[in-house]
Amino acid sequence: MKTSEERINEKLNILADAAKYDVSCSSSGSNRKNHNKGLGDSTGMGICHSYTEDGRCVSLLKILLTNHCIFDCAYCVSRKSNDIKRAAFTIEEVVELTINFYRRNYIEGLFLSSGIFKNADFTMERLVTIAKKLRQDHKFNGYIHLKTIPGASEELMKEAGLYADRLSVNIEMPTEVSLKLLAPDKNFEEILTPMNYLSESIVQYKAEKNLIKSTPIFAPAGQSTQMVIGATPETDKDIMFTANSLYQKFNMRRVYYSGYIPIGGDDRLPGIGTPPPLIREHRLYQTDWLMRFYDFRVDEIVNDENPILDIDVDPKLSWALRNLHQFPVDINTADYKMILRVPGIGVGSALKIVAARKFGKLDWWQLKKIGVAMNRVKHFVVCSKQDFVLGEKTAGSIRHHILSLGKSKYTATYSPQLTLF
Amino acid sequence: MMTQFIYDGTYIGLLTSIFDIYERKSENALIVKRDKTVALSLTENIEVYSDHEKAKRVLKGLQRKISHESIANIYRCFLSELKGIENTILDFVRYVFSSEKNVETDFGNSAVIEIAQTARKVGSEKHRFEAFVRFESIGEKFFYAPIDPDYNVLPLIIPHFKRRYADQDWIIFDTKRKYGVHYDQETEQVNEAIIDFKINTTDLTPTGILFDPDEKLYQGLWKNYFKSVNIPIRKNTKLHLQHVPKRYWKYLVEKK
Repeated sequence: MKTSEERINEKLNILADAAKYDVSCSSSGSNRKNHNKGLGDSTGMGICHSYTEDGRCVSLLKILLTNHCIFDCAYCVSRKSNDIKRAAFTIEEVVELTINFYRRNYIEGLFLSSGIFKNADFTMERLVTIAKKLRQDHKFNGYIHLKTIPGASEELMKEAGLYADRLSVNIEMPTEVSLKLLAPDKNFEEILTPMNYLSESIVQYKAEKNLIKSTPIFAPAGQSTQMVIGATPETDKDIMFTANSLYQKFNMRRVYYSGYIPIGGDDRLPGIGTPPPLIREHRLYQTDWLMRFYDFRVDEIVNDENPILDIDVDPKLSWALRNLHQFPVDINTADYKMILRVPGIGVGSALKIVAARKFGKLDWWQLKKIGVAMNRVKHFVVCSKQDFVLGEKTAGSIRHHILSLGKSKYTATYSPQLTLF
Repeated sequence: MMTQFIYDGTYIGLLTSIFDIYERKSENALIVKRDKTVALSLTENIEVYSDHEKAKRVLKGLQRKISHESIANIYRCFLSELKGIENTILDFVRYVFSSEKNVETDFGNSAVIEIAQTARKVGSEKHRFEAFVRFESIGEKFFYAPIDPDYNVLPLIIPHFKRRYADQDWIIFDTKRKYGVHYDQETEQVNEAIIDFKINTTDLTPTGILFDPDEKLYQGLWKNYFKSVNIPIRKNTKLHLQHVPKRYWKYLVEKK
């Protein structure tokens, strides 16, 4: 006989392990105050309480309610045909774990997903019950992220939105062709319908709240989604165009990219031992950042001529090298938008530069103190008219120079290729 | 001749020093903590007596010139306890008072950028400790957490924990600086925590405090959870250490 301590540990092993391929860890963007002298507060920025050995943020207790599933999606470790241990938490167990981890400051809250048992509504109802219990019985104001089960009724989604901070439905694959191939039980329509419902409800509740103060908050941290990359033959352009349209159509807070980790048992997919596409995943996130914070249009970074992101250099540098005619930028006169586009200058530094130059011209040593990456920046800016750029720099020579300065953090570990120039 | 203004190491004392420097129109002034004083030839030493009124007047003067955020940044720099930070603060304050307009965003100026960047470092240490505090249950809704941050961030993290754990009693104790705070959920007040330690291990263990028997269960579950969410094929030790440097492991349940 197992003790109850062993049983709960075993469940946690199985159901945390099964949930870890969902990469969302965000705990920010909500505005749920501790208004009732209860437990928790979700008004600040997100917090990563720890990091796994692979360097990912641990912010929420991320678990499945159960890994029993009636679906058979090839990319998913919990698929019906996979021969693995199955387990299920009780509602009380999830509530107790969440509260006790939260009180010890291990987590910001709960990320609850589930395999689909019986049907969508039956599953969704249990997820909603847990969130409701936490909010009402335990006065819990920490962060709750619920997965919306595709096919669940609008009433249940609406209830979910009233208790959760964030809701998400995964798009799973960058294109419908791939989804049809690997997840015969799913289709884009069943995924896009709830996304659309959520994005409309979020807008509607917000508008009402502006008029009537007592309107409840509905998923204040918005919705997010995720797609698996590297399992199917889409290009980076396909992936980023899909992401871009998800941002625009459904007001997504985040699109996550999850490099496929081979789990075996299916010859439609890369086999066990194939390294996950970590650099590619990183480049996709960088592109995502450029779209959201650096005011780049998606087709400036990936397009028909450049459908694949450069592995050796980041997408901003890559864009700059393709557009040398826009450089050098005069740090003392260029507008903010252009300064933001200089490789080696981040949002923080760009803001400091435009604030500081009102007091007088900036020179190289000041740029350095402000904290820009000089080894990149120096190829793309001038500080005053005297800075003549001697000789014509070519994209190739700049690229070579920057690459020769430091080993990329990835080259040693993950890329067997040599970079030759 | 150089004049050393010797203060008691408190923030009030630092602000009083600035007041005294202005009052004496001292051009070549250095501010030094009492226990860090070095006897220098050819320097005049002046004792500073911490004075709330003088400190308040310096703050009032600053409020007329710069934003609340910038004044908060000065305090954060002070909490960094970095060697010589008092004199960077003095340079900054002198620059602020000698300028017609608000110069807090003149990041081309060395004092301004240094204040901004030091405050930012202290800010990230604050954020780290909002994350790395690990409470242990020591009774009915009563929790205890030891910390040893690089910078003295305990005063900065109190509001965060007050908001978050309004319904439980908690103590956070800085084992490096040997002081701590206790939040009493009944009165909703934070007071200094006085703890009696037995120092017979490498860790400081408070004496006379019983740990909750459930504590082991949840620490075990957390360690277990931490192991389960790792994806071994993605292992990236460099990134892991960048986020959770080894010096913080001592009090992290999942790493110790």
